Amino acid sequence: MKLFSCFIFLLGLLSGPVFATATNEAAVADDPVAEKRLQELSKELRCLVCQNETIAGSNAELAVDLRREIRGMIRDGRSDNEILDFMVSRYGDFVLYRPPVKGITILLWAGPIALLLIGLLVMRSYLKRRNSRVASNSPLSAEETRRAEALLKEIEDK
Amino acid sequence: MNRYYWILGAFAALVVLLAVGLNLNPRDVPSPLVGKPAPAFRLAVLNQPGQTMGPEDMKGKVWLLNVWASWCVSCREEHPVLVEFSRRGSGTPVVGLNYKELRGDGAIDMRRVPAEQEVPLALERANGWLQAHGDPYLLTVMDIDGRVGIDYGVYGVPETYVIDKNGIIRMKHTGPVSPQVLGEKILPLVAELNK
Repeated sequence: MKLFSCFIFLLGLLSGPVFATATNEAAVADDPVAEKRLQELSKELRCLVCQNETIAGSNAELAVDLRREIRGMIRDGRSDNEILDFMVSRYGDFVLYRPPVKGITILLWAGPIALLLIGLLVMRSYLKRRNSRVASNSPLSAEETRRAEALLKEIEDK
Repeated sequence: MNRYYWILGAFAALVVLLAVGLNLNPRDVPSPLVGKPAPAFRLAVLNQPGQTMGPEDMKGKVWLLNVWASWCVSCREEHPVLVEFSRRGSGTPVVGLNYKELRGDGAIDMRRVPAEQEVPLALERANGWLQAHGDPYLLTVMDIDGRVGIDYGVYGVPETYVIDKNGIIRMKHTGPVSPQVLGEKILPLVAELNK
């Protein structure tokens, strides 16, 4: 499978521009408004074959098919939500680049904020500890005061 | 000293997190179809001109739907497992869903294939492949344009679905079915569903 995906990927690299013009141009000519919606929608959707690309940006077979499917649904007058639901009911939340907030995705959404809070707490406790250490330092002893003064005097004398 | 334990602990936690995360298979995307009725279709049956088949024809049986294509390299890996499975006569029917036999093949320039020749060519290729590698299927249906594949959320061939007596999808396996997957995941589930 890996080898095959790599092959398809390479093929995609080689043939990318050809496909892109072939699939996009004809449709743009058809109806610019619908094409704009298609572009917006397919930016929200993940291509499951090449998982870090959107359907808009991918030239994988499946992405081409799904763009065709979305185009058909736009033509049928389906709303954006209906189209996204269509995708989610088949491919799951993973197909959405902005997955909904719910039980299973809570870590995904709240994780970074939680990490930031933990960082702030750690920093606060560290600063507190440091401050209390500085504050609690006993003043210089008589011997130390004498030495400090001697050193200061030495500098002045120079 | 205490502080170093903290840092060491945090580092160990990070290592564990990454080790688990990086060892997950990113292709194992949970299918939302598990627990839902198998999407309906009516597709032409390979080698039986005029015949069509749909999931409702399998009502009352626990069956497997295996998505394959002759251009699919991993299918070659799993095919002997399926052939062996059907030869043992387990009584569990396997229906083949041939997915985009021509259109899915990156080596074929579809602009050069005349529209009226697409279906005959696809049938011929699918047939040739089954003759060369063995035919474990009760029958194979032809998803020429991949529309049924979209309904089933197919994104990486081969894929295998376990469907119960009421037509509910109980499991989806993406990637080749290995003897382990068959023996440890699919067969126990089929046995339970057959109870």
